[in-house]
Order: sequence, then structure tokens, then C-alpha cells
Amino acid sequence: MTTESGADSEAKQQQQESTETQKENPQAAELALSQNPPEQLPPAVGHSTPARKEQEQQEDQSSHQSSTSRLSRSPLKGAKKVKIMQCKVTLLDGSDYTLNVEKRVKGQVLFDKVCDHLNLLEKDYFGITYRDLENQKNWLDPSKDLKRQIRTLPWNFAFNVKFYPPDPSQLTEDITRYYLCLQLRDDVVSGRLPCSFATHTVLGSYTVQSELGDYDPEELGSDYISELRFAPNQTKELEEKVMELHKTYKGMTPAEAEIHFLENAKKLSMYGVDLHHAKDSEGVEIMLGVCASGLLIYRDRLRINRFAWPKILKISYKRNNFYIKIRPGEFEQFESTIGFKLPNHRAAKRLWKVCVEHHTFFRLVSPEVPPKKFLSLGSKFRYSGRTQAQTRRASSLIIRPAPLFERSASKRYTMSRSLDGAPITENHETLMKDSDGARGDIITTVTTEKKAEEEKAEQEDAKETTDTAATVTLRQETKDTEPPTEMVKHQTNISELKRSFLETDGAVPGLTEWERRLSSSPACEAPMIEPLNLQDNEDKMPVGDEKKEEAKATEAAGNLLNCAADFNVLTDGAPVHELQAISPSTAMDDDVFEDGTPRQAQKKTPDSQEEFSEKSLAKLSPGSVREEVSQAIIDKRGMLIILKEAEDREEDKEHLQTVIKARSTSVKEIEAVMEDMCQIKAAGSPKKAMASWVSEVVKAEESEVFSVLSEEMKTIEEPRHKVDAVQEQSETNEAQITLPETTPLAVSTHGWVSSFTSQKTSVGPEQKAGVAVEADAAPADCVHPDEDTVCAKEMPVIHTETKTITYESSAGDMNGDADPGVLLSAQTITSETTSTTTTTHITKTVKGGVSETRIEKRIVITGDPDIDHDEALAQAIKEAKEQHPDMSVTKVVVHKETEITPEEGED
Amino acid sequence: MAAGLMAGFGHYTHAIVRGIPASLASEALRSIQAEVDVTKARREHDAYVHALRTTLGLQVVELPADETMPDCVFVEDAAVVCGDTALITRPGAESRRRETEAMKAALKELNLNVVEMTDESATLDGGDVLFTGREFFVGLSKRTNQRGAEILADAFKDYAVSTVPVMEGLHLKSFCSMGGPGLIIIGSSEPAQKALKIMQQMSDHRYDKLTVPDDLAANCIYMNLSNKGHVLLHCTPEEFPESAKMFEKLKDHMLIPLSNMEKVKVDGALTCCSVLLNKKADN
Repeated sequence: MTTESGADSEAKQQQQESTETQKENPQAAELALSQNPPEQLPPAVGHSTPARKEQEQQEDQSSHQSSTSRLSRSPLKGAKKVKIMQCKVTLLDGSDYTLNVEKRVKGQVLFDKVCDHLNLLEKDYFGITYRDLENQKNWLDPSKDLKRQIRTLPWNFAFNVKFYPPDPSQLTEDITRYYLCLQLRDDVVSGRLPCSFATHTVLGSYTVQSELGDYDPEELGSDYISELRFAPNQTKELEEKVMELHKTYKGMTPAEAEIHFLENAKKLSMYGVDLHHAKDSEGVEIMLGVCASGLLIYRDRLRINRFAWPKILKISYKRNNFYIKIRPGEFEQFESTIGFKLPNHRAAKRLWKVCVEHHTFFRLVSPEVPPKKFLSLGSKFRYSGRTQAQTRRASSLIIRPAPLFERSASKRYTMSRSLDGAPITENHETLMKDSDGARGDIITTVTTEKKAEEEKAEQEDAKETTDTAATVTLRQETKDTEPPTEMVKHQTNISELKRSFLETDGAVPGLTEWERRLSSSPACEAPMIEPLNLQDNEDKMPVGDEKKEEAKATEAAGNLLNCAADFNVLTDGAPVHELQAISPSTAMDDDVFEDGTPRQAQKKTPDSQEEFSEKSLAKLSPGSVREEVSQAIIDKRGMLIILKEAEDREEDKEHLQTVIKARSTSVKEIEAVMEDMCQIKAAGSPKKAMASWVSEVVKAEESEVFSVLSEEMKTIEEPRHKVDAVQEQSETNEAQITLPETTPLAVSTHGWVSSFTSQKTSVGPEQKAGVAVEADAAPADCVHPDEDTVCAKEMPVIHTETKTITYESSAGDMNGDADPGVLLSAQTITSETTSTTTTTHITKTVKGGVSETRIEKRIVITGDPDIDHDEALAQAIKEAKEQHPDMSVTKVVVHKETEITPEEGED
Repeated sequence: MAAGLMAGFGHYTHAIVRGIPASLASEALRSIQAEVDVTKARREHDAYVHALRTTLGLQVVELPADETMPDCVFVEDAAVVCGDTALITRPGAESRRRETEAMKAALKELNLNVVEMTDESATLDGGDVLFTGREFFVGLSKRTNQRGAEILADAFKDYAVSTVPVMEGLHLKSFCSMGGPGLIIIGSSEPAQKALKIMQQMSDHRYDKLTVPDDLAANCIYMNLSNKGHVLLHCTPEEFPESAKMFEKLKDHMLIPLSNMEKVKVDGALTCCSVLLNKKADN
């Protein structure tokens, strides 16, 4: 299974072949197109507001005059025939839930309805499956129309766990764990999750305790246990052992029993592993297992290889082949691509999607921006739900009292049927046999490509993505939790970092070169005992090293910080020069221990504000808001907040680097703090609120860091931060501080950083969304710094959820030129109507004799739940094109913000 | 009380050992020609059993030596025990297959759930099985094949079982062993280091490693005993002076050096001479 080097020619051949593939498969490409008519922007609506689906639907359905084909099918126009479909969803307890939905709705609507029915808030771990014509299980894509996915009648679905949390104890609610338990019980009984006899007894005993309560021979009778199912082949002996254990659990609550169940189940080696049949390059039957940590390769029961996500650079499929591109090992020079043959094209695509989703969910901090929109064909599929990191943050905000729910003596354990309707054959052994013969032709195995060719190859890959061949370059955001290490290499790595920065070619939107998994060499007490570096950490990328060191250093600092009695949150905003000179830990220490008393530090804020006043569209002074907020918090909790501003006055990239590092530093630090704080969240006290706030800040920082790191990254998903900081304070029962801390940072290849501060103090109780369209017009090779949408409203309220989607034409690609250019003029024009604010921002710069005019249009739509944002967006793009026919639209940023009402929803 | 799986790595109550037949001197298998002094070997073995029984307080089951089985002292190869399941192996060397009979009887006697390897295409030596507490690594060697590893995976379904090619040396554990929970002791030879790399790549878990200069010295016995804490049985300074020093770094461990100079001539390492198991009082 390991990779072997092939000749370069092989690599080229393969590329060629793939281009041909594209031509050979026009029908597949058509299919992709028909699902996504040109001009139509993907509905961002579907999955952005978990708790507001009713309203969302409404919004979805109430589109006005539409300029896109999809919108023209909206019910207002075609109200005469709204088709209602009956859906039957098999739930995790084996019961069926029947509901009606409109035929044209998206998967999200069905999913939300089911979650509502189940009273489930932490729903990101779950999904809905359906069977396709080949009776294969598919995940329902929430962002796509139901009717385009399920093509058989009747509409039967199943509700299932999609992402198995590696640590279920971190789930917020018992009800979520309960559903996870139900899924796992089925996994065990169906044989998908193999376990030993001893494990069957242990899991079975907790199941009994959770479902039936304490052992009570009088009430339960002596044979109560055989009514339940614990194992694929249940024996009397097993039942007796289960009963023996059950007797010892007196007094254990169902929720406790479930926690014990999960603590044991999560250790099983096949926990959360999604298996797919395949053949390796030699035609040997293998299984590919997708899980939280990466891709596992099995031959029979044996694990014969493992590719952790950080080890995988790219995943793709083409016809019935599935490919992974592997990062070169420590001593290897070349990347290698490994191919697997799947039974058919659909299976390859299914595997590819599952990989994309798992990688995003478990590995990234935020979902990837969908691929370039305007000009490329191919699968635009990306996981667009929340990542684990996001869902954890979101669920830390859940404040409802633990819902009461009935653990019904589940019906299905007396039946031997699998809950999702899967025939029992879907267990490990039989799976191996039912895969069809893959025509015996051998797949292209291993190709190696010279590094220098890689970028070209990637560009080509990007072009060749049709629906039969899709590629995802894996972004490697860092969520490392490795222990601290030395920070000696800190200085030397700056130059490496810089070099890599300059080398990065901005063709791929995935940030790949930059977000490499960080290497580590954690310290250990016993001098000669070195921790094994897991493979994923071994392939040292200069950048990774650098960041890692930072992370380590700051984790250490963070730990120190945690010793302080108060929750001191430091987002370091130290000036560039400071940070260049000192090691991060020193810097952190200084900040942390400067004094233990609360203080407000607003380093840099005024500067930055002034420098960018001409560009800043912020309606509120961020500084003042921040000051207020921090003041408020200080009043309440003795909180120390130092918020960071973007640093831009230097064009020198090295400085930029330092800023980046400062930022990643603080990210890590905050994470460290946050971890501690989360542990402390004993009750739904202000502490808890603070913890979630901090996590929001982290998010902000991270997105900034990564955007700076990526040269071609032009937009920052603007994070919004909401805190219910003072919710529990007696004097402010209703008041909630919505804390903005955002400094979206955008970098152009010109080498300067523009900073926009967006502030949002609150959101109205009604739906609110902003759509910003930036119509950048420029010579194709020019690059633009982009800013983010700014919305500012003052209303009492709640949480919001935001979503930013960026569409870019490839014309906007960067050229890596460090020349900043000369700014000739800049003007901003603002016009307002009742619901929209349009801001046009025109910048003229001269760079090397070429003048560049750039127009950004920013349209903020607020307040109206009735507005169809997709339509408004399409309209705006159209207008922009009409107004400036000589210019091209290089980028569209949709920034959507909707509120979340945790539990007092009207529905 | 809550039952938990996979807890208690290194907790042992019992050890199964076997005597040394006189035939060991001339007939036991060996990779390098060497003269073995049976008397010395027996003395070593007595010290070994003494350490298990007296120093550490384990219940020791001693199987009698069988002259027709020159290698029978190396009981480890005959069975793999994890939790309350014991897999009776099918040793790779044909001359050793009958060694499993006495082992099977002893394990049944101890009420373990005994699983047998009946497939005639399968071979497995216990010396190729490294259990880390969270997963198994099985060395594919001259003595162990894929099929044997598959059967092991079937017997211990809770755990991931990954295969590791053994390029040099007799067994996987000829150059590595566990030195504590999450601590792998590894030899510094190239094949040993390569094997370690593979193990790292295959694993979802993180391990620390303790590298010792001599491969053979990397074969140690780790236990976690209720009244002794961490215990490590390892080579003596006489055999491997440099390696023996390394173990002194393990401050938390009770260190018991055991001489193995004679048995090593017939490829016997420390782990080879016992099968350790944990029988809870309630069973």
C-alpha cells in the first residue's frame, strides 16, 4: 500500500488522461450544470440558521421577482401547484416519523423538522440518509433540493449519526448523547461496530440500565433481558452476564449509563468508521474507512495502512477511481498519489463526499468556501454545515434546561432489522463480498510529481473538475492539541516562513501551502524518552514548524495565564516591532503578568481606525464599542480584555509575518484559556458565557490568521461574536452584550493590509441579513484587497449566526507581486433605500505604470425577512455588470447573518 | 460500580511459565549457532520465575518441561491473552505446534475464554504480537503470516490490529516491547526504527518511545501491579551496559534486571518465557 515512485511521464500521462476524461463525459458535466444553472448562486439560506427554520422557509418561499431560473419556480409565482410529499423518516429508536414537506424544499428543511421533532439542538453530528436506486445509503445534502436527491418513491429516509464525536462527553446535552447511544446500539447489533464478548456485556448492561432503570426482579421478571438486543448473535450466556452487571448499577441514572456506554464504545477501533469497499492497485479487495482522524485501509479485519488527514494533500475521484495525494514523508522528495478502485462511479463519488465532509467537520475550524463559481464546472460539493469546532462553540451557548425526554423501551431491539433499513448484510464480513467485480483493469497506482510541477498540476486539476472528476485540496487548519515544545527555532524560522510565503502561488483557494499540519516534538520528562511523533506531525513544513512553535510557546503562556484567578483574556495587540524582537512566550508573559488587575488596553486601535478611515465602512466606532463592552465586562467580572487590531502600516512582509504570528500566538493562548474556562463552566453562570465569548474571539483570530497566511485569500469570513456576558447578572436580566471583536484583515499581493472593522452590537428580533456584493473591476492580473461586509444595527437581542460565502472568478488570482502600488484616489458613495444600503467604493491605484480602478459595491440588506436574498444578490450582480460593462466582476461576497433563538422559538 | 473496558494495562495476577528441557541445548531452534549451557539456562529461568512469584507476588502456573519440545520454555509464542480471552496460536515453526496443547489446558483451567486458531494456512507466534493497551501490532515475520493476524483480529474485536513487516530479527518483539502505558521501548537498529515508524503511522494513538542502543535489550516486561506500581523487568548491565543505563531514566518504575545470557542464544527474550494474565477476583 505504500507508495512507490513512478516516472514523471506517468504523472503527465495521468493529467492528460484526466483532461480526456472530462471530454469523454459530457453527460456527467451536463448533469452538474442542470443542477446548478449558471447565474444561480447556491442558496446560502439552507443551513445557516438552525434555530430559525420556519422563518427561513418562509423567506425561501417568498421570493419576489426573480431573475434566476430557480427563483422563478418559487411558490408565489407558481402557487397553483405546490406539491406536498409525504416523507417517512426512520428514527434512531426504530420508529417511523411521517411528515409532509413541499416537494421543492431543500434537504435542510426535512432535517430541521426531524430535529425539531426529536427536540435535538446539537444536530450537526447527525444527518439524513436515503437509499438510491442501487439501494446504497447516501447522505442527504441539506443544501440541495430533496427531489433532486431522492429519486425513488416513496420518500423513505433514515435519521442517523453522521459524524461520531471522538469524545462524546464533550457533547453538551444528554439528549444528544442518548441519540448517539441509539445509533451505536444499532451499529453494534448490526455488526457494523464489531466488539468482543466482554464489550457486548458491558455495553449491553448500560443499555439495560439506561432503558429499564435499576435491576428489579419483581418488576422486570427474570427474562426481561432477552427482550433486548445487544449483539448480532446474542446468546443466553451473554444475557446472563449482562444481567450480572446490571445488578451492580443500582442508582445509576439513564444519562449516567449512557455516558458509560459511550466511554466504552468510543474506544472501539471501528467506532465512527465509515467503511467503503474498494480494490487496491493490485486488485486486492480492501476496505476504506473514513473516520474523524483520517482514512484507514483495511484488508479483512487488519489495518494495513492509515492516512491521517494532515498526511493527505488532496482527494479526488474520477470515474470509479478514488485518489489520495499524499504528502511526502520525512525523507521522501515526492508527493505520491494512491488510487483505489471503487465498484462504480457513484461509489467513488460517495466516498469522496464522505471524505470531504469528515475532513471539514473534524479537521477544519470553519467550512471551506465553495470552489470558484463563475467559470468552473465540476462538483461544487463542499461540506457547508458547521464544523465540530463550530458546533461545540454553538452548543456551549445552549441555555435551555435539560429537556425531558422519554427513553422508550425501544421497539427495534426486538427486531433484527437494522434501523436505517440497511439489510443486515451491511456488516463487516458480508460487505466484503457484495462488491461487484471491478472489471479487472488495474488502476493507475502511484504517480509522483515534482514539487515544481505541483502548482501547475493543481491548476489543471481545478480545470478538469467535472462532476465525474472532482478534486479537493485539503485545507489544513490547525486544531492541534499537542503538548508544548521548545521554541528555539523561532527566529530562524522567520526567514523560512517568509520564503514560503513568497513562494506560494495563489491559485488554489484552499490555503494548502499554509495550513500544513504543524510538526511537533513535544517535551517529555525523562530525558531519553521522546514522544513518538505521529506520522502526521513528522513531515515538517517550515511554516508548520513556525506556527507550531508559536502555538507551543503560547500554550505554555496560556497555562500560566490560567493560574490567574480571573479570566484574563488577552488578545495580544502588541505592535509589530515588539513582537519581532522577543520570543512569543516572553511577549505573552509580559502581557499576562504586567499586572493582575483589570485594565483596558486598546493598543493600536486608534491608529488603525485612522489609517483606514477612508476605507472603513463601519458605522460604529469599533473602538468605542469595544471599550464599552470591555468596560461592561470589567464591571461585572473584572475582565481584562485587550483586543487586537490589524497591523498594516508596514508594507514589509516580514512585519506582516510577525503580525500573523502575533495573531496565531494569541489564538493559541486564548484557546488555552478557553479550555480551562470551559472546564470551569460549572453552572450556566457568567463564567460560561465568558467561555463562549472567548471561543468566538478565537474564531475571529483564526480566520484572520489564515487569511493573512494565504496569499490569494482575499476575503475574510467575518466572524461575529456574541456574548451573553451578563445574562445572569441580576441587574440586567434581559440585556445581553453582543460583543463584536472583529478585525477582518485582508491582504493583497501589493503587500499591504487593509483593515476593516465591523461591529455589530446587536441584532433585531426579526430576521436580518446582509448581502454584500463587491464588484471588483480590474486588469485581470491585478489583485485586490477585499474587505468585508459591515452591518451595524442597534436593537435588543440574541445570538446571530453568520455565513459568508465568497465567489470569485479566476481573473482575481494573485500574481504574488509585492509592489504596493500608489494609491491615486479613493472615494466612497453611499445610498440608502428602506431595506438596503448600497455603498460604492472606488479606488484608483497605479502600479508599475498600469493604473487599476477598482469598484466595490456593498449592499447591505437588513431587517426584512421577506426579501429573497439570492434574488437581491443576483440583481445586484446584474446591475453592477450593467453599470460597468467594461469591467469584470471578480468577486462576490455574500455575508449572511441570521439570528438564533435558542429555545423560545415561536414554533 | 461502573465497568470499564480496556482499563488496567499491565495489571496481571497470573503468569504461566514452563520448564527447560535438556533438549533445549542441542535441539531448540536458533538463528545463530551457539553452545547453550542448560544448567545456566535453568538458573536464569529460576531467577525469572522467582522474580515473578516472590518479588512481584504473581500466581505462577508452571508447566512441566517436555523433552520432545525443545523450545517449550518460550510459552509466549503459544498464546496471546488479552482481557479474558486467550487465543491459542498456531506457531510458525512446525516443530513447536504441539506446545500449544499444554498451554490451552492451562488457560482453560484458569477459566479464560479460549479461542483456537484452526485455519491451517494461518501461523502466528505470540512473539510477533505487541499489545499496547489500546491496539495490537502484529509483526509479519518468518513465523507469522497475514492469516494469523486476521484470526487474531477476529479474536480481539475491540482493538485495531495493524500489521508491521518484520525485516530482521525473529519476531516483532525481538526489538521492541512496552515499557509503560503509551511507552514503547525500541531498539536503535534501522529495521527497528523502520518498524516503529510504521507503527506510528498506523496508529490513532500517541506513544512515547524509549530508544535503547541494543535491539535485544528493548525486550522488557512491563507490569502495573497494585502493590508495586510500575514494574519493568529488563536486561542486566552485564549483557547490555549501555542499554541497561537507559532504564534508569524511568524514575517511576521498579526496575528488576534479569539475566538472559543463555536463553538469548536460542532467540529467547524476556517476554518469551511467560504468558501474563489478569484474573479479576470476581471471575
